[in-house]
Amino acid sequence: AFFWLVSLLLASLIWFISVHLSDREDAKLQYGLLVFGAAVSVLLQEAFRFAYFKLLKKADEGLATISEDGRSPISLRQMAYVSGLSFGIISGVFSVINILADSIGPGIVGIHGDSPYYFITSAFLTMALVLLHTFWGVIFFDACEKRRYWCLGLVVASHLLTSGLTFLNPWYEASLVPIFIITLCMGLWAFFTAGGSFRNILKCLSCKQEDDSRVMMYSALQVPFED
Amino acid sequence: MITFMNNSDSEEEPCNERTSLMSAESPPVPSYQDGLQASEAGEVQAHRKRRTGSSRSPNNIADGNMSDSGVPVRESTSENEEEELTLKYGAKHVIMLFVPVTLCMIVVVATIKSVRFYTEKNGQLIYTPFSEDTPSVGQRLLNSVLNTIIMISVIVVMTVFLVLLYKYRCYKFIHGWLILSSLMLLFLFTYIYLGEVLKTYNVAMDYPTLFLVIWNFGAVGMICIHWKGPLQLQQAYLIMISALMALVFIKYLPEWSAWVILGAISIYDLMAVLCPKGPLRMLVETAQERNEPIFPALIYSSAMMWTVGMAKPDTAARGPSQQTWDAAEDGRENHRSPSHADPQMSETRSPVPTRPITSFEELEEEERGVKLGLGDFIFYSVLVGKAAATASGDWNTTLACFVAILIGLCLTLLLLAVFKKALPALPISITFGLVFYFSTDNLVRPFMDTLASHQLYI
Repeated sequence: AFFWLVSLLLASLIWFISVHLSDREDAKLQYGLLVFGAAVSVLLQEAFRFAYFKLLKKADEGLATISEDGRSPISLRQMAYVSGLSFGIISGVFSVINILADSIGPGIVGIHGDSPYYFITSAFLTMALVLLHTFWGVIFFDACEKRRYWCLGLVVASHLLTSGLTFLNPWYEASLVPIFIITLCMGLWAFFTAGGSFRNILKCLSCKQEDDSRVMMYSALQVPFED
Repeated sequence: MITFMNNSDSEEEPCNERTSLMSAESPPVPSYQDGLQASEAGEVQAHRKRRTGSSRSPNNIADGNMSDSGVPVRESTSENEEEELTLKYGAKHVIMLFVPVTLCMIVVVATIKSVRFYTEKNGQLIYTPFSEDTPSVGQRLLNSVLNTIIMISVIVVMTVFLVLLYKYRCYKFIHGWLILSSLMLLFLFTYIYLGEVLKTYNVAMDYPTLFLVIWNFGAVGMICIHWKGPLQLQQAYLIMISALMALVFIKYLPEWSAWVILGAISIYDLMAVLCPKGPLRMLVETAQERNEPIFPALIYSSAMMWTVGMAKPDTAARGPSQQTWDAAEDGRENHRSPSHADPQMSETRSPVPTRPITSFEELEEEERGVKLGLGDFIFYSVLVGKAAATASGDWNTTLACFVAILIGLCLTLLLLAVFKKALPALPISITFGLVFYFSTDNLVRPFMDTLASHQLYI
C-alpha cells in the first residue's frame, strides 16, 4: 500500500507540475494532460510493483537463509497475492472513499445532467479494480520470477487498457462490460498461474480430506506444516 | 476550557514522555544478580533477540552476566534458532502494535469526523500563547514557531524534572503525579467527551446516570491501569486515554503550530533518546541499572505473561495471563523498564520487548510482548486526527497519513530488532506522516478529484 501511495504521489507531482506549466483555460489541453497523468500513474504503479517485487525477493532470501530448513516461511505466491491485494485495496479505497462519504450526505445524483448511475458504477468499477490489482499482482510476480517478460508487458498493457476504458465513462456499456471481461480473463490467468487447475477445483468442491494437502498459513513467518 | 490548564500541567504531561523503543539488549551492567528475574528479562532479550552481526560483544558480556542461565553454550549453538525466533516474534510484535495504534487512530478520526466540538476553535492552551489569527503569512509562521519553542521547552523542563525525580528516588512524588494525571484524564476529559458526544447525537442523559457511568468507567480505569486488571481491559483503557489526550491536543493546538510542534517533537525525541546526555537515555539507563519495572499508565504493553514449566517457584505463583504491573508489591517485575520518562498522562514512550518470566532450564512458552509508550500513540493520533480535521481532501489524506505512520512504525521496529537499544519511535513515523500529509493534500488531492469528477480510474 505504501509503495502504491508513493507511486501515486509521484504521478500527482508530475501531473501537478504539468498543469501548472500549461495553460489553465484550455479545456482540451487539460483533459489531455489528465490522460497523460493517468497513463504516467499507471506506468509508475507497475514500476513500483516491480520495485516491491525486488524488495520482497531480497527479504525472501534473507528469511530463507536464517530459517531452520532453508526455506522461507512465506512463499512467493503468498507474497504476490498479498502485494496484489494491498495494491488493490489502497487503490480502490482511494478511488471510492470520497464518493462513499459524499453518498451519505444529502444530494441528488446527476442533477446537472451527468449519469444518475454514478454511484453504482463507481462501486462496480472499484470492485473490478481491486480484483484486477490482485490478479495482476499474482501474474506479475510469477512473470518476474520466471522471467517471462511478455507476461509483464501484457499486465502493463491490460492495466493501461483498463484505465483507458474508464475514459469512456459515462458510456457504461463500453467501459464496464469490457473491464469485467478483462477482470474475468485476468482472474483465470492468475488462477492457472498460481497452480490451480480443474482438478483442484473438483477436489475443493468435493470436500475430500486430503492427506497430503499442505496447510498454508497466512500469518507472517509461520512455517507451513508438511507431512 | 483554558482555566483548568494551568499548573496542573495536564496537557504537557504527556508531552514529556519521549518515545523510545527499547531493545531487548540491556547495556552490560554489573548489577544483574542471580535469581533475579528482572535481570533475566534483560538477558533473555539479549539472548533471544540477538542478531548475528549487530551486537556480538555486548551479548557476550550479557551472557557472562547471566546468572542462573548457565546456557551461554546453549545460546551460541541455538543462535540460529534465536534469530528465527527473533524474526518471528518481531513480526508478531509489529502486528501486536499495529492493532492498538490503529484502534486509537480510528477512535480519534471517528470522533473528529462526527463530533463538531473537537474541530471548533475555542481558545488555546497557555503553552501556545501566540495566536494564529494574524494578517500576514510571515507573522503566522513566526507565531507558530514561537509556540513550538515554548511547548518544547516546557516538555524539556518537565522531562528533566522527571529524570531528576527518578534519579533521586522520589517515587512517591512520581506515583502521585501519575495518579493525578490519570484521574484527570479518566474523569474530567471523559466527562467532557461524553457530554459532547451526547450533544452531537442529541441523546438526553440525566445527571445520576451520567455520574454512575463516569464513576464506574473512571474507577475501573484507575484500578486497571495502576493496579491489576485483565490485560485487554488495561490495553483498552490505555488506548482510550491516549485518544482523549490526542483529541485535546487536536482541539487546542492551532493549525500551523500543531504541524511545527509535531516536527519539533520528533527531532527532540531523536535527540533525547540517542544523545549520550539526553534525558530519556539517562532515564532508560537508570531504570535498567535498577532493574525496575516501568510505572504503569505510561506504557502500552501487549505482553501476556504465562509460562509453562516454571523453574522458579516464585514465578509459578503468578498464574496465567495477568499483565501485572505491580512492581512495587512484587519486586520481581521482569520487564525492563527502560524509559521511566514522564509518568505524565501516560506519556511515556519506550517500547521495550519485555521478557516477563523466563527460566532457562526449560523451554518456556511465553508470549513476549512489545511495549510502546503512550506518548507515541498520542502523537500518531494527533497527526492523523489533524489530517482528518483540516485536510480538504478528507479521507484520502487521512488514509495516506495512516499508512505512512504504520509503515514508519514497522521500520522503527525493524531498526529496533537490528540495533537492540532504545530507539525513538516518533521520528520516522512522524516524518513519513508529515510528508504524506502535505503531499497528499496539495498534490494528490487535486489529481484524484479531477479524476473522480470524470470517473476515471487509474
